[in-house]
Amino acid sequence: MMGANWHLFTGFAFFIIMVLIAGLYCILVTRNLMRVLIGLELLTKAVTLLIIVAGYVTGYVALAQSLVITLIIIEVVVMAVTAGIILSIYRHNASLAAANLRSLKG
Amino acid sequence: MTLADIILLTAMVVASLWTVMTRSLLKSTIGLAFTSAIITILMFRLNSPLAAVFELSVCTGLITAVFVSTISLVKPLTHKEIVKLSKDRIKRFWYLPVIMVVAGLMLAFFNIPADLKMPAKAMESDVRNVLWNSRQIDIFGQIVVLLAGVFGIVLLFKEIKKR
Repeated sequence: MMGANWHLFTGFAFFIIMVLIAGLYCILVTRNLMRVLIGLELLTKAVTLLIIVAGYVTGYVALAQSLVITLIIIEVVVMAVTAGIILSIYRHNASLAAANLRSLKG
Repeated sequence: MTLADIILLTAMVVASLWTVMTRSLLKSTIGLAFTSAIITILMFRLNSPLAAVFELSVCTGLITAVFVSTISLVKPLTHKEIVKLSKDRIKRFWYLPVIMVVAGLMLAFFNIPADLKMPAKAMESDVRNVLWNSRQIDIFGQIVVLLAGVFGIVLLFKEIKKR
């Protein structure tokens, strides 16, 4: 039974790592602030699914669900505030390019 | 792992790849919503209906709405800028499928030990009991984060209004 569960976990982890790579690459390569946010969102989604799979495999489904609910709440707040900050940056610099953020103090 | 799981997981990876590779920000957001919807189906299949409902309503719905409204408030690029950026984008983003294929091959050939010790199967408990009895501090944290988010948004929009 444990072997079957472990195979299920590795099978899911294989695809989840792919999504993590896509999100990380998006954050590292892009210069657009909105795309950085999209990359961050992809990373969070991969982690969410990984927690659920870990909960399913180990039998702690209820605990995994409660953790995921907390994660989703934090995620939505981070996304909404960051979108507001990006909008504010756009109104200040008329650009979404991270390279143009040179007017910051410090 | 059933064939349906493999199809859904492959669709999730393809949707995430499309989200990153596509040129339009709006299409990228739609790809993100699609990825989220597939994750919702996977969560339902993994006996996590409550988390799946949250994922569907908040991540697929609310975050997509926030992204689309932010994108709609930004001025689109001119044709000249689009042509210039497209060439640059292809140069930077063509590595991603290659990296994913290489990583996939490495993971497939990497010998993961199948006899790893798993914790004992826990007694199935209701998610409401866990959330309200065992993880009370999490709920307190959620309230604090939500309030911080609300104040943050109010402050940001107040600043925009002033200008």
